[in-house]
Amino acid sequence: MKFTLSWLKEHLDTDASVAAIADKLTMIGLEVESLADKGTLLAPFTIARVISAEQHPNADRLRVCMVDTGSGDPVQVVCGAPNAKSGMIGVFVPTGAYIPGKDITLGVGKIRGVESHGMLVSEFELQLSEDHEGIIELPADAPIGENYAKWAGLDDPVIEIKLTPNRPDCTAVSGVARDLAAADMGKFIDKMVKPVPGTDPCPRTVTLDFGATPSLCRGFALRLVRGVKNGPSPDWLQKRLTAIGLRPINALVDITNFITYDRGRPLHVFDAAKVRGNLVVRRAKPGEQLLALDGKTYALDDTMCVIADDAGPESLAGIMGGEASGCDENTTDVLIESALWEPLNIARTGRKLGINSDARYRFERGVDPAFLVPGLELATKMVLDLCGGTPSEITIAGNPQVPELVIDFPLTELKRVGGLDVPFPEVRGVLNRLGFMVAGQDKTVKIATPSWRPDVHGKADIVEEVMRIVGVDRVPATPFDRGPNPRKPILTPLQVRTRKAKRALAARGMVEAVTWSFISKMQAELFGGGKGELALANPIASDLSDMRPSLLPGLIGGAQKNADRGFPDVALFEVGQIFRGDRPEDQCIAASGVRRALAKASGIGRHWQGNGEVDAFDVKGDVLALLAAAGAPSQALQVVPGAPAWFHPGRSGTIQIGPQNVIGYFGEVHPRVLEVLDAEGPLMAFEAILEKIPEPKAKPTRAKPALELSPLQPVSRDFAFMLDRAVKAADLVRAAQSADRALITGVTVFDVYEGRGIEPGKKSLAISVTIQPREKTMTDAEIDALGAKIVAEVTKRTGGILRA
Amino acid sequence: MSDIDTLEQQILSDIAAAADEAALEAVRIAALGRNGTITALLKTLGTITPAERRVQGPLINGLKDKVTAALAARRDALKNSGLDARLNTEMVDVTLPVREAPTELGRIHPISQVIDELTAIFADMGFAVAEGPDIETDDLNFTKLNIPEGHPAREMHDTFFFNPKADGSRLLLRTHTSPVQIRTMLAQKPPIRVIIPGRTYRVDSDQTHTPMFHQVEGLVIDKSSNLGHLKWILEEFLKAFFEVEQVKMRFRPSFFPFTEPSLEVDIQCRREKGEVRFGEGNDWLEILGCGMVHPNVLRNCGLDPEEYQGFAWGMGIDRIAMLKYGMPDLRAFFEADVRWLSHYGFRPLDLPTLAGGLS
Repeated sequence: MKFTLSWLKEHLDTDASVAAIADKLTMIGLEVESLADKGTLLAPFTIARVISAEQHPNADRLRVCMVDTGSGDPVQVVCGAPNAKSGMIGVFVPTGAYIPGKDITLGVGKIRGVESHGMLVSEFELQLSEDHEGIIELPADAPIGENYAKWAGLDDPVIEIKLTPNRPDCTAVSGVARDLAAADMGKFIDKMVKPVPGTDPCPRTVTLDFGATPSLCRGFALRLVRGVKNGPSPDWLQKRLTAIGLRPINALVDITNFITYDRGRPLHVFDAAKVRGNLVVRRAKPGEQLLALDGKTYALDDTMCVIADDAGPESLAGIMGGEASGCDENTTDVLIESALWEPLNIARTGRKLGINSDARYRFERGVDPAFLVPGLELATKMVLDLCGGTPSEITIAGNPQVPELVIDFPLTELKRVGGLDVPFPEVRGVLNRLGFMVAGQDKTVKIATPSWRPDVHGKADIVEEVMRIVGVDRVPATPFDRGPNPRKPILTPLQVRTRKAKRALAARGMVEAVTWSFISKMQAELFGGGKGELALANPIASDLSDMRPSLLPGLIGGAQKNADRGFPDVALFEVGQIFRGDRPEDQCIAASGVRRALAKASGIGRHWQGNGEVDAFDVKGDVLALLAAAGAPSQALQVVPGAPAWFHPGRSGTIQIGPQNVIGYFGEVHPRVLEVLDAEGPLMAFEAILEKIPEPKAKPTRAKPALELSPLQPVSRDFAFMLDRAVKAADLVRAAQSADRALITGVTVFDVYEGRGIEPGKKSLAISVTIQPREKTMTDAEIDALGAKIVAEVTKRTGGILRA
Repeated sequence: MSDIDTLEQQILSDIAAAADEAALEAVRIAALGRNGTITALLKTLGTITPAERRVQGPLINGLKDKVTAALAARRDALKNSGLDARLNTEMVDVTLPVREAPTELGRIHPISQVIDELTAIFADMGFAVAEGPDIETDDLNFTKLNIPEGHPAREMHDTFFFNPKADGSRLLLRTHTSPVQIRTMLAQKPPIRVIIPGRTYRVDSDQTHTPMFHQVEGLVIDKSSNLGHLKWILEEFLKAFFEVEQVKMRFRPSFFPFTEPSLEVDIQCRREKGEVRFGEGNDWLEILGCGMVHPNVLRNCGLDPEEYQGFAWGMGIDRIAMLKYGMPDLRAFFEADVRWLSHYGFRPLDLPTLAGGLS
């Protein structure tokens, strides 16, 4: 919503400065978005005459001008404009002044050896237009020495407020003035509208015809004015409109635009000669079209409301008029419409057709129903004043009810909700100035809301009205007691896991990324997703169309982008939401990561202590570390070969607690997947679902179990076995362990060997077994017996043969 | 000079002349071994008279002690010089670089760090952390928050929708974290004190907007909390979060469908060379929106607005992160560029605490 200071002062008697008004507007909830005070900005720019313009001695394109500024001696100015010539009247600015279009302060300068003591300016330099081809040329009668902005009528500050959608009353300059007056910024000038009597009944009738469907029109007032002379509107009206960026059309149209802004009351004018028969307000019929005033043709449907004549729709109700029945300079008889539309329907229609008009802006917020007829009377008066003519009487269709709302307001509510202490007389004064009627002065008063405030429904709204006008500063900051509750952890187990997973992965040298929650359909399908229910109906881009089933596509893409930028060795992770379906329970938290090229867990990049590419064990380490940090029971975790299709079938594993509870995967990303994603390997990845980690048992105390320290020294024995290549190390370890669960406290694989000296299809695995004697020191014979048992178990369970 | 003296000099000079431990051992055996010279002398003590023994005894035993001590001293000397010689050949180039510690290489994303900071501050004030799904219903994202169908405020949210279901309903990506307010109020009886961080989505993409961003909201519902408390909490929060002594705030009346009264909060700051400093300067920077929970919202959650009341506030996590840590561009948050992450990210052991400092 835009208006000028002088326009505001038509409705507000005030001496306040424009800066004070702007500050107040912001502080009462009408946030000033911009304040263009050209009068102040352009104060140094004056009207001047070029006495002479001579060719610059050292530059073909420059001229040396002597300029009469209206005071003192002529001033020498070097000017490069092609239109600078002697005798012309232009706009001059002396040195030391600020040039807004160039954002510089003008200094004295020598231009190619000739001194220049000022500047003749273009519209561009004054930020009036983009035109910097030539300097401004003014008519011969422009007064030399006068302030240019003032003479040109540019000195009226333009204020634009960012209007919140709840304030239809402030789509009117008068409404803004009322708010300011309520906040003690002056006196509201209440411009009552006097009825204009008609000479005869309106010859055209209006019918609201909605059949059995809900009415989309609450009321429709119409009158004919015969014998008008339409042409350009007067200067003052054109200036009002151009100052806020509206284009003057002709007097009749300008009047409707003026009243739209002045009173927040949109109107429409039809050229009566172009309207065939009577008017019907109805739903559009499927297939009907309207060529609107913006020159575009809109296809209409039966959710939209139109004003039609015998020929069909002439106007899109409450949004935009039709080209065919519009007023032009040949209009002699004009039908003036003032109507009230259903806000929801206006909003929906406007959105559907993509029309943003000043009328829609107001009707969808809610236009004052009480101003339906006064708006028409005001328009009539202006038409008569500016265009002449004879008015008919007003005909009204529908029943434009003005809803009456009285709120019972306990004065304690200000304190209860707002923490505010405001004496009752002040409360009453504020509300009265805003147009509310206040009855009673007991603890609970009755407050009648004005017709132009559809946003006020109840007590909380009254608190807001008082608070915003008296100022939020009146609410004292009050310490907020944290209450009697004991201090205890406030994070849920899942939140704790999320935090710990992130820190654990970062502590392994990985870098946390945050990638889009949506990926392309192709990527989603590649990683087990792509369900229709997870596809956006209106994605912002085709590669951000589906909710991600995995964090890996985003991370792989991120890793590749880093490689493309010259950083091939990256270790990225993310802990965030993934989607298996569209129900809340289908959303889980995944902790995933990728390691690329030389970004090994032992260190990133080439290094004299060892070089190597990432492998499945780097990411196995990552996922086990994060699971441990997140509280997973490491004893219960099983690692089994194989993972979903996006992993290398032979270099990937699944982490589970039994086949029913799969917690995550790790391994090398399948080369075919990388190819489809346009990414290069080697690339290792892991993904774990934090919800899958079983909750630890609740314990009554924080005490740890008692520590048992054996006085007996542990013994360790090494064994090397020859096994089939397919035998899993985990099975060997489990077999050795099972020889004696009490005595064997640890089994470590310390060597794996295939190749020379080992028969093809076989491998050698060496383990170190730690034996912890329990009750007494073990004799060599006892230890040897246990060793034999270990070998026997391994042979029985894995077919492994002890190597000599 | 007696024989013993001669022997002593001989042996001591042999000890001094021994070049290594083997030579020294040979000297020891020659003197103290089974057939050693001193051993032989000791054996003579058994064959002489007691009177001679009283004279010879101390002399021979003295010789033995002297030689034993000299042998030990020489052995130590030889051992040390051997060690020194070995150590002189054992050298590493300590200027060779080592691998950087993983705790120095790893990084936490600024969004995670700021959420941890927010959690630390509000946990201290007795707030819990609530969360909810990203895929929401129209009812929870809009209707229950007092934004009915067709409300102009719906247009302020450029919403991502999913395709309509068979029954005509359609799900959407939450445009704000506020549906979690509703979920919380529906699930739990007051008093309620929660903060709600999370991902939010709007169909918007330019220099300062990304289709996905992060918000944090706060919600307090009880029987007495009013705007004055809200002002205090926000002031305490802003001081703690930006780690400044003072913040000057400006509360401007505004409009949100789910609060009444509604306010926007600006903080005073000074902008200089792309840096924003709080607690000084003359600029105002909009930082958050807040207000008293709208009676309709309370009613929609089954709470009687005559009995219960409270307030809510919300702000952009990405935005406050940018203000505090000086990132110039929001879009870079989601580009996974390791240069950006390493520069603006946080070390894994930099865990924000009120005791040790947030940042």
